[in-house]
Amino acid sequence: MEKKLYTIIVYTENIAGMLNQVTAEFTRRMMNIDTITASSSSIEGVHRYTISLWGEEDSIQKVTKRIEKKVDVLKADYYLDNEIFFQEVALYKLSTPRIMENNQISRIIRHTEARIIEVNANYTVVEKTGATDTIVELYNEFVAQQCMLQFVKSGRVAVPRHSHENLSELLFDKDCKRKSVK
Amino acid sequence: MGKEIISGGEALMRSLIKEGVDTVFGYPGGSIMPVFDAMYDHRKDFRQVLVRHEQGAVHAAQGYARSSGRVGVSIVTSGPGATNTLTGISDAMLDSTPVVVIAGQVGCAVLGTDAFQEIDFVGITQPITKWSYQIRRPEDVAWAVARAFYIASTGRPGPVVLDFTKNAQTAMTEYEDVFVDSVRSYVPYPTPDAMAIEEAAKLINKSERPFVLVGQGVELGEAHEELKVFIEKADIPAARTLLGLSALPTEHPLCVGMLGMHGNYGPNHNTNECDLLIAVGMRFSDRVTGNVATYAKQAKIIHIDIDHAEINKNVTVDVPIVGDCKEVLPLLTELVERGNHKEWIDSFAKYNAIEDEKVTKKALNPDCGPLLMGEVARKVSEATGNRAILVTDVGQNQLMSSRYFKYSEPHSILTSGGLGTMGYGLPAAIGAKIAMPQRTVCLFTGDGGFQMNIQELGTIMEQGVGVKMILLNNNYLGNVRQWQELFFDHRYSWTPMLNPDYAMIAQGYGIPSRLVIEREELDAAITEMLATDGPYLLHVAVKEEDNVMPMTPPGATVSEMIFE
Repeated sequence: MEKKLYTIIVYTENIAGMLNQVTAEFTRRMMNIDTITASSSSIEGVHRYTISLWGEEDSIQKVTKRIEKKVDVLKADYYLDNEIFFQEVALYKLSTPRIMENNQISRIIRHTEARIIEVNANYTVVEKTGATDTIVELYNEFVAQQCMLQFVKSGRVAVPRHSHENLSELLFDKDCKRKSVK
Repeated sequence: MGKEIISGGEALMRSLIKEGVDTVFGYPGGSIMPVFDAMYDHRKDFRQVLVRHEQGAVHAAQGYARSSGRVGVSIVTSGPGATNTLTGISDAMLDSTPVVVIAGQVGCAVLGTDAFQEIDFVGITQPITKWSYQIRRPEDVAWAVARAFYIASTGRPGPVVLDFTKNAQTAMTEYEDVFVDSVRSYVPYPTPDAMAIEEAAKLINKSERPFVLVGQGVELGEAHEELKVFIEKADIPAARTLLGLSALPTEHPLCVGMLGMHGNYGPNHNTNECDLLIAVGMRFSDRVTGNVATYAKQAKIIHIDIDHAEINKNVTVDVPIVGDCKEVLPLLTELVERGNHKEWIDSFAKYNAIEDEKVTKKALNPDCGPLLMGEVARKVSEATGNRAILVTDVGQNQLMSSRYFKYSEPHSILTSGGLGTMGYGLPAAIGAKIAMPQRTVCLFTGDGGFQMNIQELGTIMEQGVGVKMILLNNNYLGNVRQWQELFFDHRYSWTPMLNPDYAMIAQGYGIPSRLVIEREELDAAITEMLATDGPYLLHVAVKEEDNVMPMTPPGATVSEMIFE
């Protein structure tokens, strides 16, 4: 089977030790996580992890099921890139003197729709949001212009292309069932 | 009336009593002393069993749980007390056994400082539990215990760890019973899909050679009757996994034997002959499937399991039904037509007869030579009217006793299947006998595994636990020796073993024992063992270099069993 880049979206209760439980499922299979982003979701008390990694669908499916099986995990699904919208954020710290002497650099910044968020005599910080390849492309251009001081890139955040927030439906369903049981 | 103010340790006692706990297996130590102090006032409320090693505490809790269906409880201290439970917890995870392990922990103020006997127990146990939680405040005790029992015992059961900080044990809190009957992120009993059940019934109705695989899920779901009604109506032959052996009585007319590496030839052979496999509460373990690439490729597969993550894990199936088999089986029974598969059912006997000829007859009725494990197991089973609980250790003793025992009642086999834990047997048998005092509990163990937790003879002595211990002694780590013989060119590396004088050991613990070497003595010794009130060690000198047969060699196709 072919290896592809998958994005796994996990909703969990917001409790200590949860991240460890989720990542342990990758550790035991020695699956290397490419990026991971964890933060609160649109539902109070629920955290959302966006995990990207390369793998074969069979193993991605199994690991996703095992994550969802954890008692404090509400939901876990996996997606290919064409099934989601996704973005990453990058910060580039550039040498201000180099920018001053080479106007090609400012042209690149404008051309790529990057944003300058700090300028001082020593360095300039540029922010760029986009897909991994455009972020890396910009990085390579700055390196070619010999102005790069530091670079950092976030993991991806992603939303599925289908229109509904399926977790709230799921929670609502469970709530109804619980009430009907009682 | 205001709520009562009590310590966290006392809150644990009240919470355990509220859960109906009647036995705790444990071992005290520094970080759990306030809890043991609280237990002192509850000596009459539940049985307090001091084991001799924390590993024994968890295996005993497992034996208690698997024989009775109730949650087993262990209480140990932090650090080494906690780490000694890890094997038992892992075993309970792999074999879906409901146990709650409560471990002491250093006070919150010193967490993370490498304090004396501090280890990250929640971190260590997260991958091997259903839920692992640190109690940091006394007011959380009632909730945490209620949630622990709920999670351990519902859905696919499993182990839960409560890591109880010392400050939370001593600090005072208002106490009120807490009841947990749901967790919003947890669906223990998924609603089976009606379409899938219809689809399954269609497959069953048009199948000519259907075959049911029965796993421990039937025992855990108490679906024994539902299973019988289903297979009887559809007239489908059924074989059991090692852990599901007592889910269907051995003598049931549709029972065609045991699956797996050392199972029976009929069911293993016909796995690759059937046109429909119906797996009920089993997980297609590699010990059952052999080489998955050649496993039942000709058949459609229906998989009934309560755990969604088991579907398509090892074997890709055609119709998954995610749900409790106690709920699913009657729905399926309603939709299936009355079947008649006589010719197909008879075909199992044909292959089982080959096994009988090549293996079983020789194993059960040797006319000369040293005693064999199989004949001992069958004789003990029959002497108990096939009504005993069989507890095994791991290795040849396990494979032979489980093969040759007969099962007529539910919850009659306790064995470490998934983890294959040597040392499981003795403490598990203690737990089983304590949980089910009215039943005869027969432990089959080897000279290797017996010595792995032999210290628990002390627990038997102190508690007067009437376990019948059958030690099958071949002076080898027999199963490894068998593999060395078959697959490592007879190179017996680290498997011959010099044994102690077991009669003296038993005597030291005040346990009656008898050594049997000659075949003529065996019946009398078994009678003596079963007639003895209390524990008994029957030490049987069995053939040293004997092999468990038949066998599907590792990596081979399930139907290709070897007989010698």
